[in-house]
Amino acid sequence: MTLPLFGIADSCEGFAREPSRIVVRLKSPDTEPCDDSDFSLVKSTVDLIRSIEGKHHSIFVVGDSLDTPVSPSLFNRVISLPAKFDYLDTGDILGIHIPTKKFRTLFRRSSRHNSFLVTERCNNYCLMCSQPPKDIDDNWILSEIKRSLPLIPKSTPTLTFTGGEPLSDWTDFIGVIADCRDLLPNTAIQVLTNGRAFANSTIVDAWKAIGHRSLIAAIPVYAAVDYLHDYVVQAKGAFDETILGILKLKDRGQRVEVRVVLHAHTAPIIAETSRWIARNLPFVDHVALMGMENTGFALANEKSLWIDPIDYRESLCEGVQTLAAIGMNVSVYNLPLCVLERSIWPYAVQSISDWKNGYVEECTKCIERSRCSGLFTSGRPRQSRGISAIR
Amino acid sequence: MARFANVEAFGSPSGELTLLPFNFERTGNAQFLVSNMVGDFIRLTEDEINNVIDLKLKPGDGLYERAYAAHLITGTQQKAQQQLLALRLRSRMSFLREMTPLHMFVVTLRCEHSCPYCQVSRQSTDRSRFDMSETTAQRALDIAFESKSSRIKIEFQGGEPLLNFGLIQKIVQAANTKSTTRGKQVDFVIATNLALLNTSILEYCKANGVLLSTSLDGPLDLHNKNRPRPGGNSYELATSGIRRAQEALGKDRVGALMTTTEASLDRVDEIIDEYLKLGLEGIFLRPLSPFGFAIKTKQYQRYDTKRWLRFFEQGLRRILDINHKGTPFREFYSALVLTRMLTDKPIGYVDLRSPAGIGIGALVYNYDGSVYASDEGRMLAETGDNAFRLGHVDTHDYRSLVLSDTLIEAISASLTQCAPECSDCVFESHCGANPVHHHATQGDMLGIKPLSDFCERQKGTMRLLLEILESSPKDAAILRQWAGI
Repeated sequence: MTLPLFGIADSCEGFAREPSRIVVRLKSPDTEPCDDSDFSLVKSTVDLIRSIEGKHHSIFVVGDSLDTPVSPSLFNRVISLPAKFDYLDTGDILGIHIPTKKFRTLFRRSSRHNSFLVTERCNNYCLMCSQPPKDIDDNWILSEIKRSLPLIPKSTPTLTFTGGEPLSDWTDFIGVIADCRDLLPNTAIQVLTNGRAFANSTIVDAWKAIGHRSLIAAIPVYAAVDYLHDYVVQAKGAFDETILGILKLKDRGQRVEVRVVLHAHTAPIIAETSRWIARNLPFVDHVALMGMENTGFALANEKSLWIDPIDYRESLCEGVQTLAAIGMNVSVYNLPLCVLERSIWPYAVQSISDWKNGYVEECTKCIERSRCSGLFTSGRPRQSRGISAIR
Repeated sequence: MARFANVEAFGSPSGELTLLPFNFERTGNAQFLVSNMVGDFIRLTEDEINNVIDLKLKPGDGLYERAYAAHLITGTQQKAQQQLLALRLRSRMSFLREMTPLHMFVVTLRCEHSCPYCQVSRQSTDRSRFDMSETTAQRALDIAFESKSSRIKIEFQGGEPLLNFGLIQKIVQAANTKSTTRGKQVDFVIATNLALLNTSILEYCKANGVLLSTSLDGPLDLHNKNRPRPGGNSYELATSGIRRAQEALGKDRVGALMTTTEASLDRVDEIIDEYLKLGLEGIFLRPLSPFGFAIKTKQYQRYDTKRWLRFFEQGLRRILDINHKGTPFREFYSALVLTRMLTDKPIGYVDLRSPAGIGIGALVYNYDGSVYASDEGRMLAETGDNAFRLGHVDTHDYRSLVLSDTLIEAISASLTQCAPECSDCVFESHCGANPVHHHATQGDMLGIKPLSDFCERQKGTMRLLLEILESSPKDAAILRQWAGI
């Protein structure tokens, strides 16, 4: 199953005096709106009647199950979406550009994998980027995030910020993390960054000064050798800045996760890279060795990047064991159990975001399915020849 | 769409590379062992090492990748390689933050044993002459608490310290009181032959968390030959004492040390079996001591070192076998060296560090109030050599002891980081300065390393451990466990 997380609304009525970009939180028709962003979620005529009874002035209609068109006089603002966005539920938050009716789902209350795209700009240009960077002025996204944060439940366990490079506009982004600290004090925050910005001491100091209680920078390191990393991220000098960034973060007591995405340039050397991490960066808080999502640039570079996980099974096993042996916290992401050596199963995590996670026919016969990461459904999934039910 | 550059576009040309500090030694025909600034090892052929030195390497040739990952080279514009080395070096040397964590109190010189390899103890009943006085002990304790370490260990030495158990009790009580008021943690250990162990001593140790450390040289005949006492029953008393202490205090609260003598050299298997039989966690295969084992001609010493290395290797292989058969058992000296070789943990072991551990790692308060920079230093003094006598508890405080010219000269004269034969030694990162040993054997704090049995022994041990790590995955797995990885 892949959820459509963005699309175009059928209609947006009653926004003449609103700014062009608005943030919407969906409410149950039975609860009172408590913020100007609250819209009653209407999926049936019953919902519509209850919205009227509940004195909602703004409604959000999903699907076409209403018997009659909504009378414009009953509500101030009406947004309608096609039925395929039926997954939307109360508590969910969307960002909508009124003139074009384009919207993006920003937050789903039921998901364990909520992530905010901060910008599409990046100073890396990774061969396998799942979110190909664009050199555009998209600073409006940060404002949208700032408007969304107060609408998110305080009970949310984790939030991820991703990009692009979230630190592209670092002063604004630091402000967002500070808002998280104040508005969501119990929410763990993960920032997926290439870490290069942290080579600048001013930025690391600002990051530390936020004083967030549960903040981690997740930073990719693709090799122990400068040019191999630089090639993967398509930026000369990136390795040096990234490593310096990690050292400066740790020097200031900040939490760091090192990530290695596994493809034909990184997977065959993962045992060496792991040994190097164990020897040189044993103090990082977590290492994630990650199967690649076959989407974005990974499709453009499929020929040079694709390697069947079954073909790096042994080196991955060696890498995990090297890291685990010195007591490092290590996880394997995005790879189904059947392609992994059984000895590293305890490190495998169900990591694929729910909206792009799936299983294949073979999995129905597997006894480990409920513990398995399954597969990506996004992009153009390629299946390992190692996929086979565990019985 | 995307404009991706080839891998070639990202390599630095040779002109933008520079060497980082590294040491090397020839290990065979056209073969070299190379270590980077923090002691990571890499093996290179002669052509390879020449190419590294000439910076004749380029991305993709295999050598560039190995040399870069091993921190032998860096880009001239890069900072991360140096920062990683700096950070790791800082971690390795951070034992220096704990100044003088060990304080040895020689509470008496009297002993009922008469071991030929011991030069300090006295067969005497004259308490007034060879026991430490309460005033001296109190003054020594004041000095110990002046050291900057947040946690100190007080080791009671002798002679046989249990002959002056009353003083031990007074020192423990006084130290515990100081510990509370000064916020400094104190651990206690008694180095004893256990011959005088009794129930009330055991109860006292249990109540006060005092550890016991004893001597066990091997099987009955060997031990009793090495360690004569009236009744000829040192072995019986030591082994039964170990068992009683294990039972009363817990397995991990009593340890044993062996001294290797010439008679031990052919019997390493039996010696290990003794330790195993007693359920001890491991053994420290200690070299022959140059203090008791009368100092011989240099050639003979070298012969002895080779013999000792054979003894050590045989023992180590036996211990690995024991592990393979399912009993976890360690060789503690290897564990120490391996931790240095395979991790950046700060290891401040007093006999294997540079700057040397004398004074700044340990201080010895002799029964008569003299303060020495190491236990061997006070043994030398017994033979009239006061080179490591730093002062006296009546006239000195902690500061004047560790800042004494005697100590500063001995430490600065012996730094391996800048000593001839050491500064460019491939094993330097994992070795240590040993000014007492070299002063005793060569009359020179720094030591002439090609003539040094200490040097030969360190190199031999490390070569052996490295060879096992590289050649036997099965053994390497055990050795890695000893290093905690």
